[in-house]
Amino acid sequence: MSILHTVNKSPFQKNDLRSCLNHANSDDAILLIEDGVYGALSGTEFSLLTSSSDADIYCLKADLAARGFDKNRVSDGVKLVDYDGFVDLVAQNDAVNSWL
Amino acid sequence: MSEEMQQEADGKIKKFMYVNRKAPYGTIYALESLEVVLIGAAFDQDVSLAFIDDGVFQLVKNQNTTDIGVKNFSPAFRALGDYDVNKLFVEKESLDERGLSSDDLMELTWEDEDDDWEEKPSIQLVSRQEMKTLLGNQDVILSF
Repeated sequence: MSILHTVNKSPFQKNDLRSCLNHANSDDAILLIEDGVYGALSGTEFSLLTSSSDADIYCLKADLAARGFDKNRVSDGVKLVDYDGFVDLVAQNDAVNSWL
Repeated sequence: MSEEMQQEADGKIKKFMYVNRKAPYGTIYALESLEVVLIGAAFDQDVSLAFIDDGVFQLVKNQNTTDIGVKNFSPAFRALGDYDVNKLFVEKESLDERGLSSDDLMELTWEDEDDDWEEKPSIQLVSRQEMKTLLGNQDVILSF
């Protein structure tokens, strides 16, 4: 069983991302959406957490662009996806866990 | 003008500070705050804005909301100078914690009519200690 986790809260305000990283298995995927995309920024306390995660980390491009950032500001290992990529992730995994 | 209204108009100018601690778009707080600031600007008070914690994300440049179907309200910050709202205090520690620097923020300016309409920056970086002092010197604080 593989799970797609979605995180939509800023990690600087809520501990959703931290808890998600602590509970995701190695074959899971974590997708950062809405204010969750701030967890993908490089040069923060979360850059190390995401780059050392066994699970694959993705970030929704549209939400990142809305907030003024692009791939150059994202931590190593975080993959950008568009809405089609979001759908693919949902299809590739057995279930979705939406961290709210 | 009635006597009562005249008294009101002659009243002491108060120091208003709008405190912004939320990122844009994920919640409605940032947009609502900006709307209240623009409305409040009509009342000729001593207005300043504070950007603390995730609030600093509101001022990041190059915001492009085309693909999320939400209005990009960041250009409205440029209008503040025309309403004599020209003190935007940004907390340096909040920028640092988020991997940001002043280069990541929009360039916001106002024209100083007492100095031959010279364009001056509206954004001032302050330390957490300075922000603490600023917060302590207000008559009214509106927190978003």
